[in-house]
Amino acid sequence: MQNENLKPARKKIPRNKIAEQQPASRIKNFSEVELGFTTEQALLESERCLMCKKPKCTDGCPVEIDIKGFIELIKEKRFSEALEKIREKNTMPGICGRVCPQEDQCEKTCILGIKNEPVAIGKLERFLADYGIKNSKNNSQGDTGLKNNNSKKIKAAVIGAGPAGLTCAGELAKMGYAVTLFEALHKEGGVLVYGIPEFRLPKSIVEGEVEYVKSLGVEIKLNSIVGKTYTIDEILESGYSSIFIATGAGLPYFLGIPGENLNGVYSANEYLTRVNLMKGYLFPAWDTPVKKASIVSVIGGGNVALDSARTAKRLGAEKVYLIYRRSEVEMPGRIEEIKHAREEGIEMVFLTNPVEIKGENGWIKKITCIRMELGEPDESGRRRPVKIPGSEYDIDTGIAVIAIGQGANPVLTQTSPDIGLNKWGNIIADDIGKTNKKGVFAGGDIVTGAATVILAMGAGKVAARAMDNYMKTGVW
Amino acid sequence: MCADTVSLIIFSPVIASKAKAGQFVVVRASEEGERIPLTIAESDAAAGTINLTILKRGKTSSLLCSLNKGDYITDVAGPLGIPSEIEKFGTVCIIGGGVGIAPTVPIIKAMKEAGNYVISIIGARNCSGLIFEDTIKKYSDQYHVCTDDGSMGYKGFVSGFLSQYLKENPGKKPDRVVAIGPVLMMKAVCDVTGPGGIKTIVSLNPIMVDGTGMCGSCRVEVDGKTRFGCVDGPEFDGHLVDFGLLNSRLNIYCDEEKVSNEKYMEKHECKMKI
Ligand SMILES: Cc1cc2nc3c(=O)[nH]c(=O)nc-3n(C[C@H](O)[C@H](O)[C@H](O)COP(=O)(O)OP(=O)(O)OC[C@H]3O[C@@H](n4cnc5c(N)ncnc54)[C@H](O)[C@@H]3O)c2cc1C
Ligand SMILES: Cc1cc2nc3c(=O)[nH]c(=O)nc-3n(C[C@H](O)[C@H](O)[C@H](O)COP(=O)(O)OP(=O)(O)OC[C@H]3O[C@@H](n4cnc5c(N)ncnc54)[C@H](O)[C@@H]3O)c2cc1C
Ligand code: SF4
Ligand code: SF4
Ligand code: FES
Repeated sequence: MQNENLKPARKKIPRNKIAEQQPASRIKNFSEVELGFTTEQALLESERCLMCKKPKCTDGCPVEIDIKGFIELIKEKRFSEALEKIREKNTMPGICGRVCPQEDQCEKTCILGIKNEPVAIGKLERFLADYGIKNSKNNSQGDTGLKNNNSKKIKAAVIGAGPAGLTCAGELAKMGYAVTLFEALHKEGGVLVYGIPEFRLPKSIVEGEVEYVKSLGVEIKLNSIVGKTYTIDEILESGYSSIFIATGAGLPYFLGIPGENLNGVYSANEYLTRVNLMKGYLFPAWDTPVKKASIVSVIGGGNVALDSARTAKRLGAEKVYLIYRRSEVEMPGRIEEIKHAREEGIEMVFLTNPVEIKGENGWIKKITCIRMELGEPDESGRRRPVKIPGSEYDIDTGIAVIAIGQGANPVLTQTSPDIGLNKWGNIIADDIGKTNKKGVFAGGDIVTGAATVILAMGAGKVAARAMDNYMKTGVW
Repeated sequence: MCADTVSLIIFSPVIASKAKAGQFVVVRASEEGERIPLTIAESDAAAGTINLTILKRGKTSSLLCSLNKGDYITDVAGPLGIPSEIEKFGTVCIIGGGVGIAPTVPIIKAMKEAGNYVISIIGARNCSGLIFEDTIKKYSDQYHVCTDDGSMGYKGFVSGFLSQYLKENPGKKPDRVVAIGPVLMMKAVCDVTGPGGIKTIVSLNPIMVDGTGMCGSCRVEVDGKTRFGCVDGPEFDGHLVDFGLLNSRLNIYCDEEKVSNEKYMEKHECKMKI
């Protein structure tokens, strides 16, 4: 595709760099690494946008934000309106601006990116969200006033308060439904609170978004495990006309190698949950402990592995290895996170795979690894790692964190055998979220397998529209 | 009731109406608190209450034990875990040790109601540790007590009593044994029932966080396979359980638990002495 939109003769402004905590100090705290654009930086960055006639950026955004539109408003310093523009499509800009893999989405398709560095769309989005929080009196979050309980007659239920569930619940509430959101844990946010660390996504931001959803009149029932506390059928029978299931991909996978149950071997879910949701980094002021060691090995190459490795560093580890069976180019983690991890001294051990965990007196001591080389491409298009026979060697380690992926948790689906699942246990839903069970929709990671925050939000939004249609017409 | 064991009656109509024998809840005692699993010892659907019987061990259990009537608990989630398998097996021998007596109560009741001949064997350090005596007696065809110090009933461990009982009653081999209590006790019972091939169910107590299958903290090995205690259990076939691993994993946070407990005791010393 040619860049026919590109206007010539523009003043060349380099992409603005966001201020960050320096690596040497940030590995000693859990505060946010990136400090956000200043107003001047945001204005300067907005000047970089070419105001394309056919903006390609929007095509790259899963929820189709009018990116050019909001950047234009930034240019005019109409920040509140710019934020409103984003909110038309995305109710959680503070989160997406921080954690979206922009290099694969909006910034990947940005036309400026063809010859230059793309506009820092994510950082601008974050800037607006932070502006909104600082000036909350005159933004829409503060004064939505949508609490019109009287007109709410039709009840809808949402299961799981992650990004998919929160978005769907918010959308349904705005349409005037009485929405109840059931969440298994004692806190809302899903992966945003138990998985993604504070230093990448401050929990106060997530709380703000949750408050917004509550302000729309959504009733949230915490500690409610659907499948145990209630079943889907009970919810339908108790007067809810439609249900959206957004229970995520919460089941941790293990390697299935000897020694994996030794003390000191964690799933990333457990490690991150102890630290983030349970605030283990504040132990003993908070009660939940988490083990520390001077050498920590994390197995995996995605965001979850990077988050675990950077968390280990902040818990005081001197050496943190990230052991990944492919090479750097195949790493699924966000480029920014890989860069941050490197700066923080995480040692990447590529083309290496654990084959056994060895222990002493019940505690992990070493991981035996085998070296890999890249063979033919597999179904995913990435070159398949192949073992090099006889290349085994040991890595000393005090803690191992297994971050090789998550599957669908069966707690809900076990008690609703009539909901169709694929062979991995994910719920089968069509592109508007319809499952095979009347009135029941699903979306987010429980349908797609582990994906991204923005895709989960998109699914929640699409399903809300479909549910509205179903509840109005009764047509399935 | 034993000074170290406290029963809390908690108002939670949904859980009370749902709870089945063998299930547990996850409780958080304060905003900064840990999530800990506790078995539902009794549930009263009509009153909307559940009974949690707690042994004072470390910080969280002590905090819960210090609650007064009318106090609130920050979070209670459940009922979790797979309910006990209740059927008419014939003769069922149910063994509870220490705070493990509490979770046997709903199982004894349900087994009796399913038409079984129920032999209850209850063990405690001394007679003050015997809890739920009246209820257990009411639903048991035989009720046997064991105390470590012999202050009541058989002097010794429940496993010793069981071994003796099986020898003295060769014709009356139970069709099933259910044993709940400290890891060593459950293992000892399995050692007794193993040779005779008596199916023995144990309720495992691994360290948990969420209790919903999300973290894998509660990994146990059964028949050589990794299972999650919270969603695949807590009850498993005792003859297939790796008790050594369970015991080892229960000690992961020993040092941290000490720190927590000492800090708690410092703050609450005066209260504790009363
Ligand atoms: C450590 C980590 C880092 C990540 N980093 C990024 C990133 O940088 N960028 C990005 O875009 N994506 C990232 N992801 C992926 C992203 O977080 C997920 O794709 C997204 O959160 C999925 O949203 P969801 O709403 O479908 O599910 P979840 O966020 O998983 O939420 C599901 C919710 O449902 C609840 N639930 C589950 N079962 C039940 C039940 N039976 N009853 C009631 N409630 C239930 C859960 O407790 C949870 O709150 C990361 C994931 C992890 C684990
Ligand atoms: C399914 C299940 C049902 C249980 N039912 C009961 C019950 O009815 N009554 C009762 O008194 N106890 C019960 N327990 C044990 C109870 O959860 C622990 O005693 C409690 O967590 C101790 O916490 P603490 O802070 O007081 O002690 P700590 O000082 O933290 O620990 C004392 C010991 O308790 C165990 N433990 C610690 N944290 C946890 C945790 N998060 N999950 C599980 N075990 C832990 C460890 O073995 C530890 O060494 C049950 C455990 C399980 C898994
Ligand atoms: S939501 Fe994500 S993909 Fe869309 S514009 Fe914002 S940062 Fe880009
Ligand atoms: S953000 Fe990029 S694609 Fe979008 S309008 Fe600006 S320059 Fe064009
Ligand atoms: S307690 Fe987390 S999976 Fe069992």
